[in-house]
Amino acid sequence: MADFDQELDASGLNCPLPILRAKKALAALSAGQVLHIIATDPGSVKDFEAFAKQTGNELVESREEGGKFHFLMKKN
Amino acid sequence: MSEKKLAIIATKGSLDWAYPPFILASTAAALGYEVEIFCTFYGLQLLRKNMDLKVTSLGNPGMPMPMPMPVLLQALPGMQSMMTMMMKQKMKSKGVASLEELRELCIEAEVRLVACQMTVDLFDFNTSDFIDGIEYGGAATFFEFAGESDITLFV
Repeated sequence: MADFDQELDASGLNCPLPILRAKKALAALSAGQVLHIIATDPGSVKDFEAFAKQTGNELVESREEGGKFHFLMKKN
Repeated sequence: MSEKKLAIIATKGSLDWAYPPFILASTAAALGYEVEIFCTFYGLQLLRKNMDLKVTSLGNPGMPMPMPMPVLLQALPGMQSMMTMMMKQKMKSKGVASLEELRELCIEAEVRLVACQMTVDLFDFNTSDFIDGIEYGGAATFFEFAGESDITLFV
């Protein structure tokens, strides 16, 4: 997994909390920094794609590992 | 990116139906939308200091039940409280946010909450029944925002 600047564990949280927590965490980062999000909500896979598309933040990586979903989101 | 706008009319005051307006509003705000929720009739419950909303299976044959139960039994005293308790427990176990949490997130994200003045008066509510920081207005107030919105929803 590539480098990241901050980690957000949204395991156990359901829609729309992973997105809202990620938005908050991204607000605290500076442009170009990367947030690593961990989630268990299967809906978050499509939701983070949609979030990136609409906010302009870049979804660098999206993968499943050990029943959890990992996302790398680069702040724009 | 130009700011999009979402206008929601919230008309329902039950635990389950309070979710869609708050979920959509908080998510839209996170996506950069400017959002307004216009609360009218039973939707005013969403603005009360103490929400304490209930859920009922009465008149709602689509509600999944843990066991089949005749409608007359569902109407017995205490059943509504029990169903509300069970629903809240289920939501908690599935990681669904509480309404209080979602409302707080909406307020943090500067979602505009508007109480319909006519129904506030109709139900003899006082401004002290509602949380601080909300606005009061009528249909024209709604259209002022809705008229320039990209999306309008009636819940």
